[in-house]
Amino acid sequence: MAADVFLLAVFVAIVALLAVPLGAYLARVFEGRPTWPDRVLWPVERAIYRVSGVDPEHEMGWSEYSLAFVGFSAIVAILLFIVLILQSRLPWFDPEHMVTPMTPDLAFNTAVSFSTTTTWQAYGGETTMSYVSQMALTMANFLAGAAGLAVGIAFIRGFARTRSSGLGNFWVDVVRAMLWVLLPVALAGSVFLVWQGVPANLNDFVVATTAEGGRQVIAQGPVAVLEFIKNLGTNGGGFFNVNGAHPYANPTPLANLVGMLAITVLPGALTYTFGRMTGRQREGWLLFGVMAVVFVAGALTTTAFEQSGSPDVARAAGMETAATSDQPGGNMEGKEVRFGIAGSVLTAAATSNGATGSFNSMHDSYTPLGNAVPLANMLLGELAFGGLGTGIYSLVMMLLITVFLGGLMVGRVPEYLGKKLGQVETKPVVFYTLAVPGIVLALTAIAVTSDAGTAGLTANGGAHGFTQILFAYASSAANNGLTMASLNANSVFYNVTTAIAMLVGRFALAGLALYVAGLFARQGRRAPTTAVLNTASWTFFGLLVGVIAIVGALSFFAVLALGPIADQLVGLQ
Amino acid sequence: MIQGEPATSEPPDLTEPPSERRLARAARTALSVTLLLALLAGVLFPIVVIGIGQLAFPRQANGSLVLNAQGQVIGSDLIGQGFQGAGYFHPRPSAAGADGYDASGSSGLNLALTNEKLIETLRDRAQAYRAENGVPDDVTLPADAVTTSASGLDPDISAANAALQVPRVARARGMSEQAVRDLVRAHTQKPLLGFLGEPRVNVLQLNLALDGAQH
Repeated sequence: MAADVFLLAVFVAIVALLAVPLGAYLARVFEGRPTWPDRVLWPVERAIYRVSGVDPEHEMGWSEYSLAFVGFSAIVAILLFIVLILQSRLPWFDPEHMVTPMTPDLAFNTAVSFSTTTTWQAYGGETTMSYVSQMALTMANFLAGAAGLAVGIAFIRGFARTRSSGLGNFWVDVVRAMLWVLLPVALAGSVFLVWQGVPANLNDFVVATTAEGGRQVIAQGPVAVLEFIKNLGTNGGGFFNVNGAHPYANPTPLANLVGMLAITVLPGALTYTFGRMTGRQREGWLLFGVMAVVFVAGALTTTAFEQSGSPDVARAAGMETAATSDQPGGNMEGKEVRFGIAGSVLTAAATSNGATGSFNSMHDSYTPLGNAVPLANMLLGELAFGGLGTGIYSLVMMLLITVFLGGLMVGRVPEYLGKKLGQVETKPVVFYTLAVPGIVLALTAIAVTSDAGTAGLTANGGAHGFTQILFAYASSAANNGLTMASLNANSVFYNVTTAIAMLVGRFALAGLALYVAGLFARQGRRAPTTAVLNTASWTFFGLLVGVIAIVGALSFFAVLALGPIADQLVGLQ
Repeated sequence: MIQGEPATSEPPDLTEPPSERRLARAARTALSVTLLLALLAGVLFPIVVIGIGQLAFPRQANGSLVLNAQGQVIGSDLIGQGFQGAGYFHPRPSAAGADGYDASGSSGLNLALTNEKLIETLRDRAQAYRAENGVPDDVTLPADAVTTSASGLDPDISAANAALQVPRVARARGMSEQAVRDLVRAHTQKPLLGFLGEPRVNVLQLNLALDGAQH
């Protein structure tokens, strides 16, 4: 347990340290102020604008910005769909090993999934995707990640600007997100991964004659090309079926730590960007602090459950559950030795909070309550650092609810950063908080009561099966992509219903967030008075954490009781 | 046609829905920006990463393959193999493929801890492991010895797991237990900086070292 806590502390400390320089850099990039790579990147940027007819001075209102975002995502989805459906006629397709048929519904689900940063995978990578398809997936990882960052920046502008009808220009933001942030960082990260052992080739699968004379076919491919951006863009869909558990995808504990930092560092830095751009650095740190508390509390809970494991299982097999200096102990079913409990739980926390569906251990084989934490992280809307660009609005929307409730409780005027939270602003915030529970609970109810839904439960049933289905829709709606993998989701029913959840989770939420940002951008900023709730105080900090817990509990306690809680209490002794 | 547009024809209220003509122009812009960025990310980026990887780290970029003296591939440092012989250290149980360690189809077992089938499987594996290595019932087994890895390709076992297999391997090979134990110690990887990762033994490397030690 001490080692697990230490790893967690190191992780959060690095995220906090990098938040300042990276947050300041992001602010400069998106405010169009000078940065050090300008000289190299300006010509590329200008060329893209010239060829495409982008007027970088043109300001977009919330509706035009949203429309551009949706259009961009739709083109990415269509491009990806075309490549996937044609993959057997394109190069680097190996029909002997890539045996899962690319049906139209699987291609549709994958195209929606990767263009919304969900990267839910209803297929196994090495048995389905050609190398060309894997590169098309890489493309979608970049573009969807950049679009998320752009929306997050536009959202921040809504609070930074006064008496403005514009939130920036989507094309400028997305091009800058690609050129100034994602492409250079992913290049360095991918080369680092190759150094650590991640393959980067276009070779055929290797046939090895093993030391005992057996035959082992070893999948190859441009693995490193995909594996870093999948985390940096908070997408998560891996090259292989077992994602980050595969030793080619995630060969060392160091590679794993860097991957989890790639997920978390930029969303953490955006809280500093928020403080910088709004001129209220304390408010930015408050957001960071709340994120850190939610992140650490969840990770410690999962660690406690996974380190104790299942007494039933330990007794049956005579297994050691305590960690010693020469073995990890705990629940090692579905976990890798090199990561142990600490590295597995860190990844579960970073991915489920970070809208990233990469995993390095199998969630199906977690203790029920250990796995309830990642599930809850997704259901809460992934606000502990969160997805790239989406995390900041997940938390600020929850904060606006808190401002509203806090104002009611103490009879103060609800205001945030000198802007009034009136009836017009509160409505979309409430719709935002209801959207995810609405879609997740409705689709779960349909799935558990229909034959097509329960047909997906191949290995586990009962409360655990219920959890699997709930987990699938929570993951889709949260644009996460994590899965409890024994759910067979490659059916028309799941391919269509999870895609619906992904579309709502991506576009309804981003649209509402941009609408709210548009409303705030229009307002002037009032001078602070004592009649206003102070949102940069420890009291407000506590109130916000409380509201997160209460809203989460009120929305989801019933289904959590039917799923993981029942599974733990009844099934695990 | 974009450059010719006078800026004054833009409606001043940006929240108003765009007109049909502006929509067509916006669609062209959207298509063009998206395709250019797609080329950068989906074509140029993979070429650069594969190129740098092949030049700077050719061994890793091609899968960290292990060759025998004749230059034939016998496996990869990173990918576990399903060793079964008594003279070899055995890896963790694997759910990849029908016989385990199928490196063209990675997979976990994905059974719930509350699933009776998993408990039976683990009980059977524990019995087999105890019988094979002569481990009495009052000695607890390291968790990684009986549980399934996440990937089905885990190249490592814990040091405790390796230690329990030492007597069997030594007997089968006619080596002293001390000699085998020394090899295990030499192949035990410590956590990086003392805290990153678990102490572990790469089974393929250890077994190849055993074969090498007897030549």
